[in-house]
Amino acid sequence: MLVAGELAGQIRRRERSAREVVTEALDRVAGGDAAIRAFVRVCADAALAEAEALDRRIAAGEDPGPLAGVPVALKDNLCTKGLETTCGSRILEGWRPPYDATVVERLRSAGAITIGKANMDEFAMGSSTENSAAGPTRNPHDLSRVPGGSSGGSAAAVAAGFVPVALGSDTGGSIRQPAALCGVVGVKPTYGLVSRYGLVAFASSLDQIGPLTASVGDAALVLEVIGGHDPADSTSIDAPVPRLSDAVEAGVEGLRVGVCLELIDGVARDVEARVREAAEALSGAGAKVEDVSIPELRYGLSAYYLIAPAEASSNLARYDGVRYGLRVDAPDAAAMNKATRTAGFGAEVKRRIMLGTYALSAGYYDAYYAQAQRARTLVTRAFDRAYAQVDVLLGATSPTTAFPLGAKVDDPLAMYLSDVCTIPSNLAGHPAMSVPFGTGDDGLPVGVQVLAPALGEKELFRVGGVLESLAPPIALPALGALGSVERT
Amino acid sequence: MAISRDDVAYVAALARLELSEEELERYTVQLASILAHAADIAALDLSDLAPMAHPLPLKNVFRDDEPRPGLERDVVLAAAPAVEDHRFCVPRILGEEP
Repeated sequence: MLVAGELAGQIRRRERSAREVVTEALDRVAGGDAAIRAFVRVCADAALAEAEALDRRIAAGEDPGPLAGVPVALKDNLCTKGLETTCGSRILEGWRPPYDATVVERLRSAGAITIGKANMDEFAMGSSTENSAAGPTRNPHDLSRVPGGSSGGSAAAVAAGFVPVALGSDTGGSIRQPAALCGVVGVKPTYGLVSRYGLVAFASSLDQIGPLTASVGDAALVLEVIGGHDPADSTSIDAPVPRLSDAVEAGVEGLRVGVCLELIDGVARDVEARVREAAEALSGAGAKVEDVSIPELRYGLSAYYLIAPAEASSNLARYDGVRYGLRVDAPDAAAMNKATRTAGFGAEVKRRIMLGTYALSAGYYDAYYAQAQRARTLVTRAFDRAYAQVDVLLGATSPTTAFPLGAKVDDPLAMYLSDVCTIPSNLAGHPAMSVPFGTGDDGLPVGVQVLAPALGEKELFRVGGVLESLAPPIALPALGALGSVERT
Repeated sequence: MAISRDDVAYVAALARLELSEEELERYTVQLASILAHAADIAALDLSDLAPMAHPLPLKNVFRDDEPRPGLERDVVLAAAPAVEDHRFCVPRILGEEP
């Protein structure tokens, strides 16, 4: 399948029409998504209307932008004006946001065309996309396996070849882990690089929006479009986004790469082997590679699973049956709140709300929440020491390849351990990328994770570009191919 | 300090969630296992480290104090489960007991 940059080029040069490209994407979804269920909603009519309007603008000599006519999927926690946005939750069923998220506006201004909303774990809480009120999404490489999560619909939509670009959100690994399990590129930018305005909040000090794409170059292109200061988000960094597309081709000559032992220790042997091969590939391309140990990273998981639920318990207090979403009637307001939340939230969301409420409650605040925040400082300082020595770190994204549906649904802690390699970057607010690099013993994709200090996106994309060019090829998912066969 | 069944019932009430007996049982076991994992950081002496609430060194962020349009009232109210006289409508909050 064509990458987004090339597709936009063809459309801008009028070699193909946006209508044709969007129609093909919609046909692929219609042909293949019944089995995968990457999308919870497809907006075919609106997408075709937008494509036709774009074609008219191009015919009139206008340039619609670097993503002209590129079909995209949006994770369903990104607000789309007038288009239902449910966050995989019953509590938001039928909700049509009154405004667009900043990233949605920016994608549209760059010519991209939203074809639908992608499935996700409820309120982005999960690592398998099984916690969705809409039912699970399946991994296009093996329909008996999960796509990862929580941005599993976004990753599956790209892996199946439905769209070249999707947006997800990453609070503890929710872009990178599904990208790894589905064999696509996923980037969690530096906290504050991409506006969170219009992203339904989970844990506000950790959440970041980022791209899931078929190529590293596309991820750079999308990040250049969606990144940059936004007055509507008070945590948005007031600095220009660096030119990342150039970095993809810049090579890694002289770059100092640290293989982080704590990010390969305890992961599956085949995953560790791919990380080591990726390090060798970088070394062969001129990088200076060494092993680095950051023992403090092992405290990330515990800190995260207190901080994120604490923030979530506060953020999700807004679902009270008053201003939007579900209401279950009861004689008084408190009983109505309770009946609404009990009926509207799924098991994992309730679990996290209670965990967070407990960590914040009188008598436990210092022992749990404040201690977790101190551990967050510990992890961040440990990163700082490592980055005095190396420019980027390398590790696994996920401890394993895609696991079977149902394997971890009854054991929350086992599910949480899926995020052990991705969480530290969220705690520190640092950028990180997952790049496909070969397969495991089971033939399923393996993702290698590249980590950089705050605003180190340029180095991230230099490494990503080289890894992509040297990665062993991954077989295309059978269902992606089926989708394209059916449309001809 | 393992979390007890009463603790879970208490936080569920604070969070306005109704739990069945069976759920209460299950969540107590699950939350205890998650909190047991957090024993690793509980055991650390971190008293010399400041708690980190946020990755960015942000001070107050202000915008220019200029009036600008907000969302339209009727558009916002259209999403509400119940509306009366251009206001959100809720059941009784304070009230005489019957």
